[in-house]
Amino acid sequence: MISPAAAYRNLLLFVLPALAVYLVFAVLPLATSIVMSFFQTSGTSSDTFVGLANYERLFTHPTISGRFWNALLNNMQYFAIHLIVEVPMGLLLAALLTSGKLARSEGIYRTLLFIPATLSVVIVGFVWRLIINPLWGLVGFPLLGTESTALTTISLMSVWQYFGIPMVFLYSALLAVPNELVEAANIDGAGGWTTFWKIKFPLIAPQFGLIAILTYIWTFNGFDLVFALNGSAPGPNYSTDILGTYFYRTFFGSSGQLADLDLGAAVATIIFLTVLLVTAAYFWLIQRRLKSYSV
Amino acid sequence: MSAPDLTIPVARRRQDREPWTLERIIVHALLIFFVVLAIGPVLIVIINSLKTTPAIFGGPFDLPTAKTFSLEGYKRVFTRGNFIVNYRNSLIVTVTTIVLTVVLSTLAAFALVEYRVRLASLLGGLFVLGIMLPIRLGTIPLIQMMLAWKLMDTLAALILVYTAMSIPIAVTLMVTYFRTVPTDLKEAARMDGASELRTFWIVLPLVRPGLAAVAALTMLPVWNDLWFPLILAPSRQNQTVTLGVQQFVGQFMNDYPALLAALTLGAVPLVLLFTLFSRQFISGLSKGYSK
Repeated sequence: MISPAAAYRNLLLFVLPALAVYLVFAVLPLATSIVMSFFQTSGTSSDTFVGLANYERLFTHPTISGRFWNALLNNMQYFAIHLIVEVPMGLLLAALLTSGKLARSEGIYRTLLFIPATLSVVIVGFVWRLIINPLWGLVGFPLLGTESTALTTISLMSVWQYFGIPMVFLYSALLAVPNELVEAANIDGAGGWTTFWKIKFPLIAPQFGLIAILTYIWTFNGFDLVFALNGSAPGPNYSTDILGTYFYRTFFGSSGQLADLDLGAAVATIIFLTVLLVTAAYFWLIQRRLKSYSV
Repeated sequence: MSAPDLTIPVARRRQDREPWTLERIIVHALLIFFVVLAIGPVLIVIINSLKTTPAIFGGPFDLPTAKTFSLEGYKRVFTRGNFIVNYRNSLIVTVTTIVLTVVLSTLAAFALVEYRVRLASLLGGLFVLGIMLPIRLGTIPLIQMMLAWKLMDTLAALILVYTAMSIPIAVTLMVTYFRTVPTDLKEAARMDGASELRTFWIVLPLVRPGLAAVAALTMLPVWNDLWFPLILAPSRQNQTVTLGVQQFVGQFMNDYPALLAALTLGAVPLVLLFTLFSRQFISGLSKGYSK
């Protein structure tokens, strides 16, 4: 047996390297960002505490706040499209893969279907831009160049890339359903359809909460695809601007907009809170309830 | 009626030669449809990258023939682009990040499972929280840190940030693997007078599938990231493949063969690696996030 003192010492020795890197390069920058949002650091010789002034500017300055709300609403739409299209698609494919009708081809299908998720968004963006290019004649309408269709088009490109992720989560959950349950249902005369909805589906239900929250976190961190397609001032007329591109523009600057680190820190804090509050609410409310219902 | 037929077990016969029932055909047809949807666009790009410009627009879905086959695009990518340097940078960054992540997170996960003091569960929780942490939101202080430490525009800056980004999920995943190691083995090692580090070495082979899963899971987001290369290592000699492709495509928007060649070069290595390690990746993905 190891004495408690030795256990503490060993624990710290083993964990410290990983913990140090994680704290210094992930936790500390985020915490500093929050602190920074209450200061005025640029332009003056010393940092001055300005309270909520950065936030005031973010929420009341006509252009700054207008663009912010626009980016937030666009981001919600971006998330909603992902959820609505990706989850049913992932469920269908996971159900097909585990239908027991495939034998050896199951692994091949699974790998091929996941390939888009291994591509970089830069490639995804340009591949689709080429395919929907009016020159190639597949779509005779400028989907990306029209305000009302641009965001949906980009969202669907991203859905095409990432549908493999919910598929894999649901696939693994379906594989974990005990065989005896399925066999018992079959003996009772239930067909594939009934077995799926009555036996398997309730058992994998907690996965939907997990997929929803991960999709939420990932889409609210979105940036790459929109930037690759439309740059940091995503048009037409900011119709594809999401929080990631808005944040980038705020601290990095772009044509017609000066870089502002403190305002950027305030934007980062607001995005962080948006993600944090929803994630926390999910874990306290939904996850707990799902757990008590499922076995 | 011949009796010997019945000696073949029904279950085995069904496995050997499953009949093509309507249900089975529908399942395959649907899956093939989605496979075409998933890899069709990628194939179109690869096929057209091997053709001349008129052929690309004349028949985008035709395979290259002796007349339309051309490697001009690839030539121009290598002469005008910066691909050798891009690949070298991406390899350095991705491999170093994977090695650091695997080593650091394996050590940490071993200790979190092994020493069951209260601090251990607290630290474990801290790592789990990190999975949800959007590290990009700390970009502004990261820029200032890298400037202060003279790491701005270096590959080291990327490696440090990516390792920090990968550690939470890697530790959480490795913890699930270390939990499956039987306690007897570790106690036996200690009885023989093995040090804690030696005990760690003895159990390490048992979590090998976990190491592969962590490596596979770390690789993709690091190789494919655009945000940090753009901000922390943008100069020509430090660009990664993803940033290199992005800039190349922006510059040569009208040179279609070169554009398609650049896209192909950016995509193919990772698709091949994924195909090789898809099992590890998929088990890592579902295990790591389902906590």
